[in-house]
Amino acid sequence: MEMPTPNSRILERKSRIVARLLTVLPADAVIHEEVETRAYECDALTAYKCPPLCAVLPASTEEVSAVLKICHEEGVPVVPRGSGTSLAGGALPTADSVILGVARMNEVLETDYDNRFIRVQTGRTNLSVTGAVEMDGFFYAPDPSSQLACAIAGNIAMNSGGAHCLKYGVTTNNLLGVKMVLMDGTVTEIGGAYLDSAGYDLLGLICGSEGQLGVVTEATLRILPKPEGARPVLMGFDSNEVAGACVSDIIKAGVLPVAIEFMDRPVIRATETFANAGYPDCEALLIVEVEGSEAEIDEQLGLIMEIARKHNPVELRESKSAEESAAIWLGRKSAFGAMGQINDYMCLDGTIPVSQLPYVLRRIGEMSKDYGLDVGNVFHAGDGNMHPLILFDANKPGDLETCEAFGAEILRLCVEVGGCLTGEHGVGIEKRDLMVDQFAPDDLEVQMKVKDVFDPKWLLNPSKVFPLEASEARRAH
Amino acid sequence: MLTPRTEDELAEMIRETNAPLRIQGGGTRGFDPGTADEVLTTSGLSGLELYEPGALTLVVKAGTPVAEVEAVLAAENQRLAFEPMDHRRLLGTSGEPTIGGVVAANVSGPRRVQAGACRDSLIGVRFVDGNGTVLKNGGRVMKNVTGYDLVKLACGSYGTLGVLTEVSFKVLPKNEATAVILINGQSARKAVQTMSKALASPYEITGAAYTPSGLDGHPVTMLRLEGFAASVTYRAEALTKALGDVGEIHIETDPERTKAGWEWVRDVHSLSDVAGDLWRISVKPSDAPDVLEAIDPKAYLLDWGGGLIWARMPSGTDVRQKMQGIGGHATCLQGRASRFHPQPETLATLSAGLRAKFDPKGILNPGVMA
Repeated sequence: MEMPTPNSRILERKSRIVARLLTVLPADAVIHEEVETRAYECDALTAYKCPPLCAVLPASTEEVSAVLKICHEEGVPVVPRGSGTSLAGGALPTADSVILGVARMNEVLETDYDNRFIRVQTGRTNLSVTGAVEMDGFFYAPDPSSQLACAIAGNIAMNSGGAHCLKYGVTTNNLLGVKMVLMDGTVTEIGGAYLDSAGYDLLGLICGSEGQLGVVTEATLRILPKPEGARPVLMGFDSNEVAGACVSDIIKAGVLPVAIEFMDRPVIRATETFANAGYPDCEALLIVEVEGSEAEIDEQLGLIMEIARKHNPVELRESKSAEESAAIWLGRKSAFGAMGQINDYMCLDGTIPVSQLPYVLRRIGEMSKDYGLDVGNVFHAGDGNMHPLILFDANKPGDLETCEAFGAEILRLCVEVGGCLTGEHGVGIEKRDLMVDQFAPDDLEVQMKVKDVFDPKWLLNPSKVFPLEASEARRAH
Repeated sequence: MLTPRTEDELAEMIRETNAPLRIQGGGTRGFDPGTADEVLTTSGLSGLELYEPGALTLVVKAGTPVAEVEAVLAAENQRLAFEPMDHRRLLGTSGEPTIGGVVAANVSGPRRVQAGACRDSLIGVRFVDGNGTVLKNGGRVMKNVTGYDLVKLACGSYGTLGVLTEVSFKVLPKNEATAVILINGQSARKAVQTMSKALASPYEITGAAYTPSGLDGHPVTMLRLEGFAASVTYRAEALTKALGDVGEIHIETDPERTKAGWEWVRDVHSLSDVAGDLWRISVKPSDAPDVLEAIDPKAYLLDWGGGLIWARMPSGTDVRQKMQGIGGHATCLQGRASRFHPQPETLATLSAGLRAKFDPKGILNPGVMA
């Protein structure tokens, strides 16, 4: 993956820039020694690394504003960073950029149960938002797999989802307001603790803009009352087609599960070896979870199992207790770890229309043979968000490149059948060059015009999202 | 009146004109007419593009009547989750509401509290910007973070950034049963407390409204539960118990009556025959009673648990002035006040900047949202 050549005029001015940053931040909040900047050289897309010019860790909106103002004046690119868990390289620095980490801003500022919201600083982790309200019976719905570590700032930047978004939506559906700092240091607020905001939906525009429009320092999030209970049913099928048809029938029947998770044979086998979850050895496995009171769960699961039986499942296992639920989820939750045990892997994130599931899975199987790399599929089937895991050996010359080419072909297939390149991880650098497969030049141009309005000098996370050649004229000053 | 029949025809019309255009769907929502004389209607761009009930996905052309969309969905026992209102009776307009109009104004009904707004169900748009360029964003899948979310930006932009030609939605199954808990005689303040308590319960309230003057002239608080029959019965009982002593409670489960009751709320019928300016105020629910005290309306309705206030005011009242010190914003749908709440300077600058990019000739609904 190509990154722009660092601007030598910025590299030459490193000591001056660091000195200026030290005038607005305490010494321990400006990280500039080479050994220390290495900690910020990559995010969870570890194949790509580059230490930044320096990293700053402001502790308040005012400090963020002061930092951005200096960088704006100095013409230095800024790469905002939450917890650095991006799988797409969203927080990957360039040598001439300042990493702006929000990790020190993790306070809960306000909780309001009457109006069902929480206001937090955005360095707070996703899970600890729920942690702040769960003793009172509430939760924050978006639940990306990295929720223990990932920050709300990154969730907003990438519009993160999770397993339960079929019912509760993704970040954008649960975000009520933000305090944001523009690249020139201007602090602004969008939305608030009410359900619709005035004027254009700038909140919707900010969410998912990958840190390219502003740095969000505070967020007002919708919290929801916890359901009385939840239980899954596990079902095994002897073909992907049948499992896909079953998903479609469940949705058509009017039941709205909170999650429908799909695993194919390679993943089932890997997780069995790894976690011993007791899954049946079959082609495709679904975990369908519903919520409510005991009686409501019984009724919904009854209906779901009745539909499943029409598709001749090889296994149908309804959880009757918390222990059985945990056992059913165990394999799914350890799926990534299990695949990682076999080899290095690359996790894709394309979304497809649900009706195309069987076709896409078959094509991925065929491509796997052509490229000579194994692939396992585990994904959110209810909304068509796939997560093919391509196995490769990072130590074998050429394997990463083959893997990337294979991944790119899968993502092009997702677009071809009416889907998109990324459902919840974001574009970052990983899918940047594939954007031309999904968007016509005019459609990309208009998005770049939006960035022109918020960040005319293109200093915020400039080398992401758009293909480098498409953004070159705007980035070069 | 310009009535393009295809997206290409529309794009050409916009490319070739420098004259301001008033963009219209069915013209039933009484949009701020702005300053343009020439009307461009999307009513010629009508029809279903794609409907996959098993994938909960619907794609339609923007000029399609809402009634047609709802009928197509109803045939598969599905619906638009956000329950768009019909403005005709309230605003005294006529014509056929279009789905593009719903999107342009981000019109969302009582189910907003549980299922989200129009913008939350909208997953894709095609539109023609002020340069006459055909643009698309989003698509037909419900999880999509590829590039900037211009779908949200288009939703609620009242035709000022582009003319919508096609819209895609995530749709939802219709519910099997409905129960409405009706509580008589509460004050607005008490009603908001009751609604907050209900909305904070695990019983999935899909509507929470209050009128100081129900069909029989007395105050009524309304809480709606939807789902499978047994579940609705269970939750209605459990919620009633959880609410405690709130006054006289009646549970209505008749399908026709509950449907009619929530259409009455959705379309704000109680304010349609009252004279005066019409305001729509969005606030933090617990602030609603203070707003009512501050503005002292002739008639009002609370929806969204108090978060949405519909108010009829004596002609010429400056509601925004009276609301000072309380957060939120007020839209004036009928009256002499400017329609949209003035924005803070930074947001106004950003909005103007976006508008200049999408419509450099300044021909799309000039004067609207300005």
